[in-house]
Amino acid sequence: MSLDKDQIQKLATLSRIAIDDATLEAVSERFSSVLDLVDKLQAADTLGVEPMAHPLQTTQLLRDDIISEPNHQEAFQKLSENIHDGLYLVPKVIE
Amino acid sequence: MYKLSIAELGEGLRSKAFSSRELTEYFLRRIAALNPLYNALITVTENSALAAATHADKQLSSGIGGDLCGIPVLHKDIFCTQGVRTSCGSKMLDSFVPPYNAAVVENLASAGAIMLGKTNMDEFAMGSSNETSFYGPVKNPWDISRVPGGSSGGSAAAVASRMAPAATATDTGGSIRQPAALCGVSGLKPTYGRISRWGMIAFASSLDQAGPIAGSAEDCAILLQAMASYDPRDSTSVERSVPNYRATLNNSVAGVKIGIPKEYFLSGLNPGVEAAVMSSLSTLRDLGAELIDISLPNSHLSVPAYYVIAPAEASANLSRFDGVRYGHRCADPEDLEDMYRRSRAEGFGEEVQRRILIGSYCLSAGYYDAYYRKAQQVRQLIRQDFVEAFTQVDVIMGPTCPSPAFKFGAKGDDPVAMYLEDIYTIATNLAGLPGMSIPCGLVEGNPVGLQLIGNYFDEASILNVAHQLQRVSNWHTQHPEGLD
Amino acid sequence: MQWETVIGLEIHVQLATATKIFSGASTRFGAPANSQACAIDLAMPGTLPVLNSQAVDFALMFGLAIDADIPEVSVFERKNYFYPDLPKGYQTTQLEKPIVGAGRVTIETPNGDNKVVRIHHAHLEEDAGKSLHEGNFSSQHSAIDLNRAGTPLIEIVTEPDLSNAIEAVTFAKKLHALVTSLGICDGRMAEGSLRFDVNVSVRPRGSETLGTRTETKNLNSFKFMEEAIIREVDRQIDVLEDGGKIVQETRLYNGDTKIARSMRSKEEANDYRYFACPDLLPVLVTEERLQRLRKSLPELPEARTTRLVEQFALSQQDAQILANDIDLTSYFESVAKQCDNPQAAANWITGELIGRLNSEDLELDNSPIDAGQLGILIQRISDQTISGKMAKQVFDSIWSGAGEVDQIIRQRGLQQVSDSGALEQMVTDVLSKNPAMVDDYLATEENRRKKKLGGFMGQIMQASRGQANPQQVNQILLQKLASMIEASGE
Repeated sequence: MSLDKDQIQKLATLSRIAIDDATLEAVSERFSSVLDLVDKLQAADTLGVEPMAHPLQTTQLLRDDIISEPNHQEAFQKLSENIHDGLYLVPKVIE
Repeated sequence: MYKLSIAELGEGLRSKAFSSRELTEYFLRRIAALNPLYNALITVTENSALAAATHADKQLSSGIGGDLCGIPVLHKDIFCTQGVRTSCGSKMLDSFVPPYNAAVVENLASAGAIMLGKTNMDEFAMGSSNETSFYGPVKNPWDISRVPGGSSGGSAAAVASRMAPAATATDTGGSIRQPAALCGVSGLKPTYGRISRWGMIAFASSLDQAGPIAGSAEDCAILLQAMASYDPRDSTSVERSVPNYRATLNNSVAGVKIGIPKEYFLSGLNPGVEAAVMSSLSTLRDLGAELIDISLPNSHLSVPAYYVIAPAEASANLSRFDGVRYGHRCADPEDLEDMYRRSRAEGFGEEVQRRILIGSYCLSAGYYDAYYRKAQQVRQLIRQDFVEAFTQVDVIMGPTCPSPAFKFGAKGDDPVAMYLEDIYTIATNLAGLPGMSIPCGLVEGNPVGLQLIGNYFDEASILNVAHQLQRVSNWHTQHPEGLD
Repeated sequence: MQWETVIGLEIHVQLATATKIFSGASTRFGAPANSQACAIDLAMPGTLPVLNSQAVDFALMFGLAIDADIPEVSVFERKNYFYPDLPKGYQTTQLEKPIVGAGRVTIETPNGDNKVVRIHHAHLEEDAGKSLHEGNFSSQHSAIDLNRAGTPLIEIVTEPDLSNAIEAVTFAKKLHALVTSLGICDGRMAEGSLRFDVNVSVRPRGSETLGTRTETKNLNSFKFMEEAIIREVDRQIDVLEDGGKIVQETRLYNGDTKIARSMRSKEEANDYRYFACPDLLPVLVTEERLQRLRKSLPELPEARTTRLVEQFALSQQDAQILANDIDLTSYFESVAKQCDNPQAAANWITGELIGRLNSEDLELDNSPIDAGQLGILIQRISDQTISGKMAKQVFDSIWSGAGEVDQIIRQRGLQQVSDSGALEQMVTDVLSKNPAMVDDYLATEENRRKKKLGGFMGQIMQASRGQANPQQVNQILLQKLASMIEASGE
């Protein structure tokens, strides 16, 4: 199975990755090669097989509702150059 | 000195034959000399290493140091290290300095191990040759024209060239075992949940597991002992006591049932690799182990299932790298969309981008059932194959990889050729079982690996079998040339 | 054409936990920006979620309170989309296996009937942060505060069982009362603790098929919700009657400008690519846990209403108002105990107090008059220290911070004049100053004289500056007039 360029661009939009037209052909071709690989799954007989979401067969442990995280804002915000009065700045969000 | 095992180095430290500071300085000198050849390290933490070594020496002299106290180690650059850049092999995190440590880093530090630096890796652990690293490929110390394997190629090459006696690594589809095999060292991927994933940058959360790479099974046992712990910060960490792995290493293998899956010996397996594996198996038989032919009938589906599940999880795990709070942000974005799209296009390499796209595709409306759900069903079948097999045998063995290390660029432009490198290792991750690779021979001068797969939380059995094999063979003590 | 409205609600309820759903950071409202966003909330690499036990309990308590099916296992999924206030690039939420299954909430419709509103399910999820679009930063930017990111929510989804704005608001108020009574939400709508998304569609009356619906998001007051529904229903009918078609879309309603608009940017085909979150395992709800929670459930509004009617002989209507909010119930109970007059306490609370709180947009917590003071005030009416009219003045004075009941009465000399000698003098004075009125009274037929009394009363009360005890004045006045009638030789 292969995807056309529009489909690849749609996935790129969904994934927020810019793909320029020059590489689109190659991206599409390699993508299709991987799809050929995963399409081998279709031959498997999985009728009635319970999907396995996780290797652990156990259930979630719960945490007590106790504040355990001190304020490390200063350390965290050193990781960004786009801070203003403690806020993270991004290009204007248009709703 | 570089030929000494961790156990031997530990004895040297405790008997004051040398100090941890001397040992640390010695390996730092090896790094300075060898790393330019192999590019196995991204960051060297000389100052903090020396300070930690001085501290370890104090502990040792007061007699409170354990097996790892004062022993130099390297951490794969996927483990967050407080105050030390943690890049995950990606431009995206080239300037990322975490304000916290991974659980694995904490555990080894509190055992007294000395971090010498951070090892190179395939970007976000996606690759089997270390060619996808933003910091350039790692060279295989056995032949620098060949790949070291991946994604933990830096850890494997660093241990193979003895820039450190051991390194941490991670394995999502073979990323510990395959490079260990290709670099002639021992590497263990424990049961999913045995080691905390806290602070380990996620690739595919239901498959990722940390583990050690070292010179021998015994050294892996010593490292696993310190790395394994229940961690309430990781919901998938298992609350289960950690056995004493060294205590059972010397158990006899007489009567141990070893399953040989016929699917691991089909066409595509290099005859040299096959011969090396068979030779190790016959050694084990000579030691009294029972070899049993078994079948894992869904093995051929593991690679396709993996390349749905791992990219799907990765596509979500990597969404946090959006240029907002940390990591690469493109220059002068026109608007929000442009910031997202260019930051991610510039910050991620081609293979990472491809896997994100594949993952998005497999989860998208109309394709979820055909790909993601189907892959999870196949995953169940693969697990059931193992569960069935382990009703008959104690350990499953076969080759780690189909062939020895290939030359750089040999897999060309076809990602699938690269994906098939992990054909024997991926099923273990899908099932969540422990797996190990130890060196079992040289094919045209290049090391090849023997894989041991254990039952859930039965790392002790594979370490025991591997150690018994290493007691009577010497593949693990072979070194590439040019290390002195 | 006759149109019929179909409304379904999605309600986001912030749970009153101390910490986030997946991290140990505080959920306190109003902290400095990003001071309560820890490594997990910021989606720092390598961080992992661990589920808050209290959030699970709160969700289950809601489920028990609405008599819902509670499945043994629920599963968290990732809902993938990019937005700057969503640090992980996915929201951890529940889809296929929510923690609370189908349940029901009964409301009283305007004509007094009971109506069952079916709850489709309620699921646990994390809140996003906040995007600020204006501030002292460049107009080219938005600014992100992630303090709210990871605050636990339950999203409650109703079936489309509501037929008009009033029903929707009645339901919303009922739900507000329920979650605050349970103590699982602080109910502070202005702070976003409860947020309503309204799905509205219209169809020709009698039609079986549903019309195309729109979703108006994030309404955080009952008033805005009512307005938004009324306007949207009108808009849809206008569009359809003009031969147009309703576009399925997400809309925003601005309560200040009263303008609703379509969120175009949300209209791009969203594909959320849900899948089970591999960092979290299935959540098991044991029967032991449910038993423990069942035992700990506080009295719910319906039970409280019944109790208030029975215990205090209140009307159903008063009891319902007082029972809606657990704090109001306890306020009432204190006042009633203090003044030993439950009906008067109910009247003052449902009338004066709630009216003032509403008009000044205050919560009961911030009421300037506490239960003790209101109780004493009512006592002073009962013991005839002050008149009811005076009491309203005292109430106003306390409200504006003038002091306490007895202090105000004393300082301002508001005690009723009940001294019969003084009152007799007042009555005599008024009668002698108004001979024409007296003549008129005497000339009036006996059965119509009562109507004429008001004129005298008004003058006497005025003369006493309102302090005369009206019952006493009435009595004296009647006596005096009776003796005048006798004297006139009838």
